[in-house]
Amino acid sequence: MQRFERETGLVVPLDRLNVDTDAIIPKQFLKAVARTGFGANLFDNWRYLDHGEPGQETPRTPNPDFVLNKPRYQGASILLTRANFGCGSSREHAPWALLEYGIRAIVAPSFADIFYNNSLKNGLLPVVLPEAVIDTLFAAVEATVGYALTIDLRSEQVFANDTPIGTFTIDPFRKECLLEGLDDIGWTLAHEADIRRYEERRRREAPWLFAQAEGRS
Amino acid sequence: MAKTLYEKLWDSHVVRELADGTCLLYIDRQLVHEVTSPQAFAGLRARARTLWRQDANLAVADHNVPTQDRALGITDTTSRLQVEALEKNCRDFHVPLFAMNDIRQGIVHVMGPEQGATLPGMTIVCGDSHTSTHGAFGALAYGIGTSEVEQVLATQCLLQKRSRTMRVRLEGTLPTGAGAKDMALAVIGKLGTAGGTGHAIEFAGSAVRNLSMEGRMTLCNMAIEAGARAGMVAVDDTTIRYLEGRPFAPSGALWEQAVCAWRDCVSDTDAVFDSEWQIDVSALSPQVTYGTSPEMVVAVDGRVPDPAAERDGARREALASALTYMGLHPGTAITDIAIDVVFIGSCTNARLEDLRAAAGMIRGRRIAAHVRRALVVPGSGLVKRAAEAEGLDRIFKEAGFEWREPGCSMCLAMNADRLESGERCASTSNRNFEGRQGQGGRTHLVSPQMAAAAAIAGHFVDIRRDF
Ligand code: SF4
Repeated sequence: MQRFERETGLVVPLDRLNVDTDAIIPKQFLKAVARTGFGANLFDNWRYLDHGEPGQETPRTPNPDFVLNKPRYQGASILLTRANFGCGSSREHAPWALLEYGIRAIVAPSFADIFYNNSLKNGLLPVVLPEAVIDTLFAAVEATVGYALTIDLRSEQVFANDTPIGTFTIDPFRKECLLEGLDDIGWTLAHEADIRRYEERRRREAPWLFAQAEGRS
Repeated sequence: MAKTLYEKLWDSHVVRELADGTCLLYIDRQLVHEVTSPQAFAGLRARARTLWRQDANLAVADHNVPTQDRALGITDTTSRLQVEALEKNCRDFHVPLFAMNDIRQGIVHVMGPEQGATLPGMTIVCGDSHTSTHGAFGALAYGIGTSEVEQVLATQCLLQKRSRTMRVRLEGTLPTGAGAKDMALAVIGKLGTAGGTGHAIEFAGSAVRNLSMEGRMTLCNMAIEAGARAGMVAVDDTTIRYLEGRPFAPSGALWEQAVCAWRDCVSDTDAVFDSEWQIDVSALSPQVTYGTSPEMVVAVDGRVPDPAAERDGARREALASALTYMGLHPGTAITDIAIDVVFIGSCTNARLEDLRAAAGMIRGRRIAAHVRRALVVPGSGLVKRAAEAEGLDRIFKEAGFEWREPGCSMCLAMNADRLESGERCASTSNRNFEGRQGQGGRTHLVSPQMAAAAAIAGHFVDIRRDF
């Protein structure tokens, strides 16, 4: 997993409620069997005027009205958006697409649960700030070309020009994983004995959970 | 101390708890499908890892499979490659798989319960948000991402934090014309799509107790649409009757022992929930969504709302842009909305009971002349066979419906079944997001009866009055 400690970057505003995972990465691109190649299709339906298919060779027609296509937001690494971002499906292709595009952190009043989890597992930082702060940020980004923020995970703070503008919280365990770039599987396998012990006890208490799976089908 | 069902399920699966409350949680069953698993198997290969417990997994291809001409195989190359990747991964890692031409193949959330692979008291995961469906059996079931799919394959565990608990009591007797789908839509309309965020919802109350397992699955299926991690229903006789004799369910002495334990998969009477809601369903109307989020829902005798009446700015804009996308004007009566396509299918409503309910509306009638296409896609091969044994396929075909092979189909349009831009669909699925059923396609979520009636009339109809 990509480490995350501190990110300073240009902010791109996506002023929409309930941005769903179908909007973040439409389903036709989920047919891929690799983890990469999704960045070009991030927000595909909004970003391009023509329909896209995976592996398409012909060049696309960008939608000049979509915020990601505006010259002033090129190179942005922080996405500012509204409540319930990432609702819908469990597709991890959504954080993969955002990361590959270059987004490292998303600032919003709230996130959908599965998306939030998936992001943390990929080193994409979801930052929850109060609704009022988000409103101020939208106004500031709109008013200032080149508006940037710094997100510091260690202190759990967001800065604009070195001035703290908000604090957020991340579970200590998740924070540690992000700071160190640790993945869950490695951590879990280090506790193999605990899992074996649990299974032994469970096998006694609920033997059908182990017997039935041996496939009487 | 009194516990909620969620707390019982959670506590019985904690392998280890960390200081900040993060738990290493044991997973009893993982269901695997072709879309969210290839990168997980690739991850295992890259680090030369093996499966922790092969027999805890069960795989099926559903999202990409064609629903016609199965004999031709999958003609779309990328879809075919993904399904072949699943087959290869299952072979290499010894994961049991129901192949495309196996009668047991179907939508993963229809197949699991049908096989008895979903059991009370289990923790069940799948790389798919509608895994909440399985909670209908008094199980803790939720969708996970691909990194977590890989973790469960490798360790049989997940690192998770406890959710908050919510109980939604649905009380009263459902009136004619309304069913589990309408209950689900009404709950989402009330809670909003983020109302359940961070929560596991237990559906309780007399209206839930009176639902069949199929109905309970429909309800739990859509818990995710209210933002909840999981939906669940306590175990009762209905649950146990459904499971008896299923292929993967225990039998003999083990069955007796299991049933005994399952009786405890209920919330204690004095258990405390973090939040509680109560909804009276005794006057519930059939529900229809008009927008691009499932919370944008109204009774069939209602009208498309006016964004101008919305006080919150962000919500006003969301509603206005939804109506533009949907091509609807404020104030239009729902029953005046004409439709082009009808889709009866998906993990929400493609079980035998759903097909019976839909067929009951159309017997002896024909779909309206302007309806371009009406599809029935059974949830699994076994559902299809059972429906055919009752002659439901003939009823549908005689009315002008197409009778297809099982799969996700037009629920998310990853295969060839999709809406053309601007087409309007009465759909029994669960999501009406922009482009969900095909780019530019417009989705209205309804119950199977409502979808069938719309196919005949060519527009939405109040099935309580006009059918
Ligand atoms: S039927 Fe639709 S919602 Fe259900 S698993 Fe398939 S794509 Fe997902």
